[in-house]
Amino acid sequence: MTHKMEIDGVEVAFSEGETILEVAQRYEKEIPTLCYDPRLEPFGGCRLCIVELEGARNPVASCTTKATPGMVVRTATDTIEAYRKTLLEMVISENREVDVSPLRGYASGELTDLRDRYEIHGNPRITGATSGMSKTDENPFILRDYELCISCYRCVRVCAEQEGDHAINVMNRGFHTQITTEFDGLLKDSACTFCGQCIQTCPTGALGDKKALRAADEVADTVPDKTRTICPYCGVGCSVDVLTNNEKIVGIHPAMDGPANQGALCVKGQFAYDFVQHPDRLKTPLIRGEDGELHETTWKEALDKAAEGYRKVSAEHGRYSIYGIASGRAPSEAAYLMQKFIRAGFGSNYIDNCSRA
Amino acid sequence: MSNPLVDMQKPDVIFCIGTNMTECHPVAATGLKKAIARGAKLIVADPRRIGLAEMSDLFLPLRVGSDTALLLGMAHVIAREGLIDEEFIKDRTTGFDEFFEHISQWTPEWAETITGVPARDIEQAAVWYGTADRGAIYYTLGITEHICGVENVQSLCNLALMTGHVGREGTGINPMRGQNNIQGAGDSGALPNNYPGFQVVTDPEHQAKFKAAYGTEVDLEKGITKVTALELCGDSIHAMLIDGENTLLSDPDREHCEHALRSLEHLVVIDIFLTETAELADVVLPATAWGETDGVCTNTERRVQRLRAAVPPAGESKPDWWIICQIAQRLGFKGFDFDEPKPIFNELCQLSPIYAGLDWERIDKSEYQWPVPHKEHPGTPRLHEETFVNGRGIFSNVHYRDPAETISEDFPVWLTTGRRLQSYHTRTQTGRAQGIDYLLSEESLEVNPTDIETWNLADGEWCKMSSARGSITIKVKATNRSPRGTVFASFSFADVPVNLLTGSGYDPITHTAELKVCPVRVEPL
Repeated sequence: MTHKMEIDGVEVAFSEGETILEVAQRYEKEIPTLCYDPRLEPFGGCRLCIVELEGARNPVASCTTKATPGMVVRTATDTIEAYRKTLLEMVISENREVDVSPLRGYASGELTDLRDRYEIHGNPRITGATSGMSKTDENPFILRDYELCISCYRCVRVCAEQEGDHAINVMNRGFHTQITTEFDGLLKDSACTFCGQCIQTCPTGALGDKKALRAADEVADTVPDKTRTICPYCGVGCSVDVLTNNEKIVGIHPAMDGPANQGALCVKGQFAYDFVQHPDRLKTPLIRGEDGELHETTWKEALDKAAEGYRKVSAEHGRYSIYGIASGRAPSEAAYLMQKFIRAGFGSNYIDNCSRA
Repeated sequence: MSNPLVDMQKPDVIFCIGTNMTECHPVAATGLKKAIARGAKLIVADPRRIGLAEMSDLFLPLRVGSDTALLLGMAHVIAREGLIDEEFIKDRTTGFDEFFEHISQWTPEWAETITGVPARDIEQAAVWYGTADRGAIYYTLGITEHICGVENVQSLCNLALMTGHVGREGTGINPMRGQNNIQGAGDSGALPNNYPGFQVVTDPEHQAKFKAAYGTEVDLEKGITKVTALELCGDSIHAMLIDGENTLLSDPDREHCEHALRSLEHLVVIDIFLTETAELADVVLPATAWGETDGVCTNTERRVQRLRAAVPPAGESKPDWWIICQIAQRLGFKGFDFDEPKPIFNELCQLSPIYAGLDWERIDKSEYQWPVPHKEHPGTPRLHEETFVNGRGIFSNVHYRDPAETISEDFPVWLTTGRRLQSYHTRTQTGRAQGIDYLLSEESLEVNPTDIETWNLADGEWCKMSSARGSITIKVKATNRSPRGTVFASFSFADVPVNLLTGSGYDPITHTAELKVCPVRVEPL
């Protein structure tokens, strides 16, 4: 960091190309934003991130203004804060509701948080009709509740810039601005791949996770627990946060700092998690009975029978009669112990995994 | 992958061959889309007009199984046009002179006769890749699931070595792994020829190391692959332990596979569902699933990452490692007295040079890509930067070979198989995820509209598809994704068991099945 500027009376360092917002965030200035997603190109739509820039006639949007050496910036003067509050009141006046379930998406509480921070409660100074019309879309994953839309275009931009799918478009202008798809149809008939990135970046819950919302009543008064893990599908290894409530998986959030995915997911990682708690799961060991059918049994009996079978085959046919196939889906501890079981146990290298098919 | 996933945003020229990345590795594909938006050129070689092909600057629709010919033709052009990196060849490789001689005969005109790709397009691809500052190759099973999978990979290595597109940002030879921990399973030594960390089992030094570590005699010979083992079932193989694989549906030639597993005296399957494979077992042991299990996995860019349990196990299910330990203890095997996964992973790290600098705590933040040879090492995002592990990069004088079976009067159509975006493998998981059916509820055979007419089929109607091994019925779907004479289906749906038909041959070295090529006959029901 080679350059210097001043933020709120303190000299700070920055690198060429950084915006005022990026520098300020690094110095822990809490500048409010709604249209900003650090993964996307700056947009400058919501104007909440305005700051005072010495020498400029009007406040500037800090997300689109590059830092330059010698700049003097004030991020939270009374005037700026008053502007922001008015802007927020105007945004909120267009929306049917502000309090939404945290299950709608990763960022769905951003507007709620700002409303609370700026203490916008009670009788609104500004009232207005809702802009945006909600869309009935039978798809099981993405709720299109555009009466909560604030036209920040994060969904449009994440779909284009992050996913490269360009499935989400904008129709009309001004107060009649409407987020939609090509030809204003269903998502299924668009270029949408149901990756869920739009619901995760939406700051108001206008786009929401329908599947997670199935548990909305159960988690109405709580925030779901989050557990960081890795997606169970392909080899890319996307980091995810599993949302749980009362020992039940209720949804998935992409991990914005996941090294392999940087917040991206696909339809499988985002939505295909409920196999885990599916009624079809095997819950007890099974052994084949005299009748030729599989029957439920105890762990002790099943493990004894499993071991006995190997003991018998090994004694009769020797070490090269037993073969182990490890899983490419289970953790490495399972694969490691499988090879140890065959190598140290039976003394052969008769072990493989499922990578050849 | 030789290079990290973040490098996918950085090449000037991207060469994708045998990878349907937007469907099979969608998040990785977002990196390529960013590179393309930045101005990178995309070359796609695939028999089908897949999503990547639609995004490409140059599409090379090659005949299934002809990859080696295409790549030889490209190497020929790169050499002929003087687009080689002489300094890299001199400093880092061996065998170029012989290779140069070898490829002089494999002209793009010759390659056109094998691949069906116009010679001028092969030339264009070679010139773009050869003149790129940062050229990167991405491939998947479309390269490896052939009888010539090894030659295909060697051919890609030849291209990277002759142009020096390796060991630098935005370059490399990058296979995309298909399963969340298939890399980790190999890393952990679940291979017939390698101990953990790819230490060769026939090396006396490695043998001594594992003999000492495990306190037992070790086998001095390489083991056999799963493919061979399935062939020997009932003959010399009499018992199997299968963990988390639906072998019956995922492997080629289902009938052969089912016969093999049925002829075992003793089959134990560890899984989370009663899969078609588990139904054949003598003992089925319920494992904890993803989301219920603590452990470690390694992704396609060699990044070692923690899996964490979020919910309690279903019913009485137990972690795979616990189940294996319990069986081992009952057989009197030593070294299986674990009661948590952490010491198991740490034992693996101690025995594996590529994980030597890692342990359970150090991987908590997903920071390391192997090799990590010692505790002070930062990990290796990019392989081959200064030198190749085995010294010099070796050029391979490969020859094109026909697939194991080629189209004939009886089976005049090429079937190629693969995966789809919305379903995963044999659908044991995605088939049980609510909503997925809305996007994809059944399998269908992708057929070119003109072929539909010629073969007297109808879009949306059932047809019969037969190979030398059997027949299935499947619904027809008209699409220009399939070229004339080639059809496509996935192996995901149990009611359309496409792998009844496949299994014509195997790569002689890796024993990978030729799942991408299968001559079939398609006819109305």
